[in-house]
Amino acid sequence: MNATQFKASDFKSDLDPIWCPGCGDYHVLLSITRALSKLGRAPEDIAVVSGIGCSSRIPAYTNCYGFHGVHGRSLPLATGLKVARPDLTVLVMSGDGDGFSIGGNHFLHACRRNIDLTYVVMDNRVYGMTKGQPSPTTEPDWDSALAPGGTGLRPFHPLVIALASGANFVAREFSGDIKACTNTLIEAINHPGFSFVEILSPCVTFRPDEREWKKTVHKAIVEPTDDPARAARRIMTDDGLNTGILYRGDRAPYHAHVSDDEGDVAALETAFEI
Amino acid sequence: MGKQEQARQSVSFAIVGTGGAGAITAGSLLLEAAGKAGYAGILTRSVGPQIRGGEAAALVRLATDTVECMPPAFDILVAIDWKNADRFLADMPVAPGGLVVADPSAGEVPAQIGESGAQVIFCPMKELAAGIEGGRENMIAVGLVARLTGLPLDVVSDVFSSKLARKGEAVVQAGLDGIRAGAQQADGFGRDYPLAPARPVKGKRWLITGNEATGLGAIRGGVRFAAAYPITPATDVLEWLAPALHRIGGTLVQAEDELSSINMIMGASFGGRASITATSGPGLALMMEGLGLSAASETPVVVVDVMRCGPSTGIATKSEQSDLNIAVYGFHGDAPHVVLAPLGVADCLFTTQWAVHVAETLQCPAIILSDQSIGQARVLIERPADVAFIGGRKTWAAKTSEPGTDYLRYAITADGVSPMALPGTAGGQYTADGLTHAENGNPSSRSFDQKNQMDKRQRKIEQFDFGDRWGVAEGSGTTVILTWGSLTGAAREAARMLADDGTQVRLVALRQMLPFPTEGLARALEGAQRILIVEQSHGAQFHRYLKAHADLPGEVRRLNREGPRLIGPEEITATIKEWSDQ
Ligand SMILES: Cc1ncc(C[n+]2csc(CCOP(=O)(O)OP(=O)(O)O)c2C)c(N)n1
Ligand code: SF4
Repeated sequence: MNATQFKASDFKSDLDPIWCPGCGDYHVLLSITRALSKLGRAPEDIAVVSGIGCSSRIPAYTNCYGFHGVHGRSLPLATGLKVARPDLTVLVMSGDGDGFSIGGNHFLHACRRNIDLTYVVMDNRVYGMTKGQPSPTTEPDWDSALAPGGTGLRPFHPLVIALASGANFVAREFSGDIKACTNTLIEAINHPGFSFVEILSPCVTFRPDEREWKKTVHKAIVEPTDDPARAARRIMTDDGLNTGILYRGDRAPYHAHVSDDEGDVAALETAFEI
Repeated sequence: MGKQEQARQSVSFAIVGTGGAGAITAGSLLLEAAGKAGYAGILTRSVGPQIRGGEAAALVRLATDTVECMPPAFDILVAIDWKNADRFLADMPVAPGGLVVADPSAGEVPAQIGESGAQVIFCPMKELAAGIEGGRENMIAVGLVARLTGLPLDVVSDVFSSKLARKGEAVVQAGLDGIRAGAQQADGFGRDYPLAPARPVKGKRWLITGNEATGLGAIRGGVRFAAAYPITPATDVLEWLAPALHRIGGTLVQAEDELSSINMIMGASFGGRASITATSGPGLALMMEGLGLSAASETPVVVVDVMRCGPSTGIATKSEQSDLNIAVYGFHGDAPHVVLAPLGVADCLFTTQWAVHVAETLQCPAIILSDQSIGQARVLIERPADVAFIGGRKTWAAKTSEPGTDYLRYAITADGVSPMALPGTAGGQYTADGLTHAENGNPSSRSFDQKNQMDKRQRKIEQFDFGDRWGVAEGSGTTVILTWGSLTGAAREAARMLADDGTQVRLVALRQMLPFPTEGLARALEGAQRILIVEQSHGAQFHRYLKAHADLPGEVRRLNREGPRLIGPEEITATIKEWSDQ
């Protein structure tokens, strides 16, 4: 099929999101459906997999095959799906709690495995769904009922960790910049191997301060690099609000051997004969 | 030849020695040779907690007919050395008429051997091996046992030669010389334990472990994807499956943990491939949340739990039947699912294949409760019959153009099973969800959706015809031995021993643990006056489970114990006899 045959609306379901008015995730949904419409693939050939959280609600809002799994396990779910069905385009959608806290271990190993997946984390630096607790990316002095006065803990740096763990594509975007998000998502999906995109997506309800992001984010004034050392230096020294494609690697993706052939089971059995 | 013994239907021996001595290799070689000579048999290993080395023993029983458990006591014990013997001798008592062959250089014979009433003969295995260039003491042991049991020496030698051919002529020659030297020694013992002539079987015999049989059952059932995290004693399932799947166009992914493996197989299953994972108790505990998602999203998965002594790390290398509770009750919420337990080593194949078929057909999770005692036992069997249980998932083909034919993934149907659209099918797009959902898959918190979907999930399992495969009921009499899973072999042997003694007892064993086989079991227990429940669980999980679900007629007693000491046929017969004497 020709890419021009699809519209963003072909990838949108008619289910109304439960998100609060003004939530950044609406913009992410818009960027996702726009990006998907540019791939030249029909909605049924795309799967959107997620965990639990406000952000993880996204699969049902698309018109693709979806799997809304359990908290923190979207990457394993997507890994099994992509290995078993390499013909599908698989997007994995997560939040900063889902992806970096309860699902943190899977993040490391998914980067390492370098399966051809696109992992989008809608980072709002808070647990939205459970009504405002600190997440691994929350600032140390952010006051909340669960951590009065702040956690005092240094925030987790997802991009550095993705890079160090072997992700093949690393980018950061701001949900409000729909054009940039869309373009980066298309690039991430088309890039072979494991692509990680952190999208800063304000939680207007529990982090109203994040409304300021639209003023404070800024484009990285650098060209994407395929040198992990350069990328690491950039990411380590940025202010967390730098957007753009920060690393584009060329590591060969994981390739599993799967086929629809029945296979010669009888041949396996001869090994037991004596 | 020594004193002529009457030919036996079954003979058993144990070869013990520190890890490096090659006791397991010797036992495996003899088992394979026995298979070539037409016998059935079983081998279990007793190994210490050391990663490498340490004590090891091969326990072998050969027979003219299928054997499924170890005997109450061994006919022959060959001790290459006695190091750490106190740790495992309890597993291998020697029969009063038995024979112990010990290396004199290994030091004093342990007291408990002296007390068994067995005859002790010293044989300088190490010295004999040293006299052969490249000789090894375990080959002397092979020769000894071959001669004592009447296994044809040429068959033993052929098996050895073909196994070791790639190591070069010198190695083969040294081994053959060792086997011959061992046999000559045995000639001078004046004892033998000859097996009756082998019974001809159709086709070639198979040599297979329970864990391998589990893997093959999965593949026969249509599994082409596996994901797992290593854990004793389930790792062998995975190590067999990984290359096997690869050869037939499937794949196994090593996951970072069990939280991942259960979700990986769910993802693959969502994609349309029948999928499996294997683990043991600690891993099953980690999978429980994922299993709930499998039930709620109706994504079929099969989880093999090769049970070991628990709780926690317990004794990783030893068996127990103590994960029944978690398998049946471990889910959060009400999550109808299936739990099946293989009735022996060979049955791991059938039960796993059946589990795949049931899970695929019912789009639900199925847990298989195997355990170390059958998973890691190696048996000589006739080729397991082919059964027609393959796949069975009802899929949704394609959208018709008629209005009002929108696809409903979780459609309420009479049998509770809703056709599943696989990704790639146009018009079938839906979101699989662990959230309570409406028929079309959309999240819902309405009470009727919760009720209708739960009814449907329960109905599909309750209405399914599991047939007569729920278990076995054998023999007659008003006394019943009632057991489940891996202890079936020991219970069957006990029933046979009692019958030989003139006491007819019934054996009833459950393969289908959930849904509870209410009717089948009630029929099997009709007229029972005494029921002895036999299980390898300290907390009597099976007995309590039966109490909750079955009306057990007559008087009920139980014989239950934690691992690692397996409940054997002799204990079961003794308990029944004691009861009858009262
Ligand atoms: C095992 C488990 N523990 C806890 C929860 C409760 N829970 C639901 S969403 C969530 C955090 C979500 O935060 P995040 O991933 O940042 O997503 P957001 O809602 O902010 O988009 C938690 C803790 C759960 N659903 N499952
Ligand atoms: S709570 Fe925050 S993250 Fe969740 S929907 Fe509302 S604004 Fe968005």
